[in-house]
Amino acid sequence: MAKLAKTCTLRLTTTKLYFILSEKVVNGGIAIWCELTQGHFFNEYNMDGYSEEFNEIYLDLTPDNLLRSLKSSQNAKSIKIKLTKKHAPCLTFEVELPSLSSNSRLVTHDIPVNVIPHRLWDDYKEPDMPDFDVSIYMPPLKLLRSVVDRMKNLSNFVLLSANQRGQMKVKVQTDLVTVTTYFNDLDHPTWRRDDSQSQEDRGSLQRDPAQFAEVHVDIRKLAQFLSSQQVNPLKVICNIVDNRIAHFFLLHEDVSLQYFMPVVST
Amino acid sequence: MSLSAQEADDDNTGVLVARMDNARNMSNILKAIHFKDTAIVFASPNGLKVTVEDAKCVQANAFIQAGLFLEYTLKEEQTTFKVNLTVLLECLNIFGNNSLPGSVTALKMAYAGYGSPLILMLEDGGVLTDCSIKTMEPDETLDFNFCSTNVVNKIIMKSECLKEAFSDLDMTSDVVQFLLSPDEPFFRLSTFGNAGSTHSDFPRDSDMVESFQCTRTQTSRYKISLLKPSLKALMLSSRISVRTDTRGFLSMQYMIKMEDGQVCFVEYFCSPDEELDDGDYD
Repeated sequence: MAKLAKTCTLRLTTTKLYFILSEKVVNGGIAIWCELTQGHFFNEYNMDGYSEEFNEIYLDLTPDNLLRSLKSSQNAKSIKIKLTKKHAPCLTFEVELPSLSSNSRLVTHDIPVNVIPHRLWDDYKEPDMPDFDVSIYMPPLKLLRSVVDRMKNLSNFVLLSANQRGQMKVKVQTDLVTVTTYFNDLDHPTWRRDDSQSQEDRGSLQRDPAQFAEVHVDIRKLAQFLSSQQVNPLKVICNIVDNRIAHFFLLHEDVSLQYFMPVVST
Repeated sequence: MSLSAQEADDDNTGVLVARMDNARNMSNILKAIHFKDTAIVFASPNGLKVTVEDAKCVQANAFIQAGLFLEYTLKEEQTTFKVNLTVLLECLNIFGNNSLPGSVTALKMAYAGYGSPLILMLEDGGVLTDCSIKTMEPDETLDFNFCSTNVVNKIIMKSECLKEAFSDLDMTSDVVQFLLSPDEPFFRLSTFGNAGSTHSDFPRDSDMVESFQCTRTQTSRYKISLLKPSLKALMLSSRISVRTDTRGFLSMQYMIKMEDGQVCFVEYFCSPDEELDDGDYD
């Protein structure tokens, strides 16, 4: 996560933690929505939010700092994370490190954060699932990563396209060379919503399954996204809205990450 | 749509069609001569010769014999085109160079003749990649006129000892001097850098030297910047032949073993540095 953005927003609710990033359009317009279940990470979890009604906290922080604190506490016995008010609002990490003697050592990290007032919370709503034209499981990320890394040396943009017949194409085109990689026999996720009139279903039903939906994206952003996956997710879904946006959905046991990549015009 | 276009290409009667079961073989050989962006490819019934030149003083040739390909058909007597080697190498390695053992990238190459692009089709574990690389008007290549009858000195040796000597060359020196002689010191490499001169000697009776045929003492200097790229070929090779002719031109031939045990050759020609005439320095 830290590789993808300089700053992000942490949203805490009673059951879940969210890392949110939404870039301005001028910067590329990438949006990330990462969801973690708190029960999986913490033994004890207490929070007091803004009010009873809105029991949530929104914080701005630098993921780099967070990562550094967590790295140093890799072999810790226990970590306590608290939101504290020192000279400025901070996330305080109290790390209990094992030592040879019976006394354990306690290390404290303070990470400065910005508390986001309630009136701005609306900016950080969960992005809507786009009304996509094609939804497909991605090929093995490792393979795709090496392909995209090579293509990165050839061109700045990549054309990503897929259809509902398990085919996906990755293409770069320059004055010198045209390279297209074909992935076949990929699976498609089935989207079921409680209401049978779900927009997604209608959207994909109306299309000819063999028709390709394509997006033209910044190859560096795609490569960055592919190489930032430290843990190999169980499934990665790629949803494409023709000529508008690519939406990646990473599923893990207790983590889900959504990544929105808008198209670039040439 | 594009997938069917790809199948149609199979029946295309191009000038050159070649297949190889491991694209890495090809990329390894080409890496050995990759010191300039563009290369000239000569296709003849014997195979492919890929040439890279720099500064009109150095030329590297990689020979990929027809036997290295599973299938090699050439409809014309010979054909020549220029291609961007950097792009070609990226394409050959599109699936990564450290793919798992057992998974190899199959390659099919096609060239439909003058003006048409070089088509590469690569396949790895069911994933296909099509590449279409623009070809260019071939340049005139240098003819070093290096014939075996003019060869004065010739040494064939295992590459290992030269690898060390070459990687330790003092890069602050402008030139590297080759001394070949039937008498001591037989074969000496010297550099003249900021920190002083260095000499590396290779005695003729060393285990590393397989054949030593020197007829007279010859000293010639070559620009180190021109010889430096040959290190890539040296590192891949198992055996090397060093030859000099009456004019002091240097020819180095490298034998490179492929992963599947086949061998192929890479050759470097270099012209001597002008300041010094053949044999008047000792």
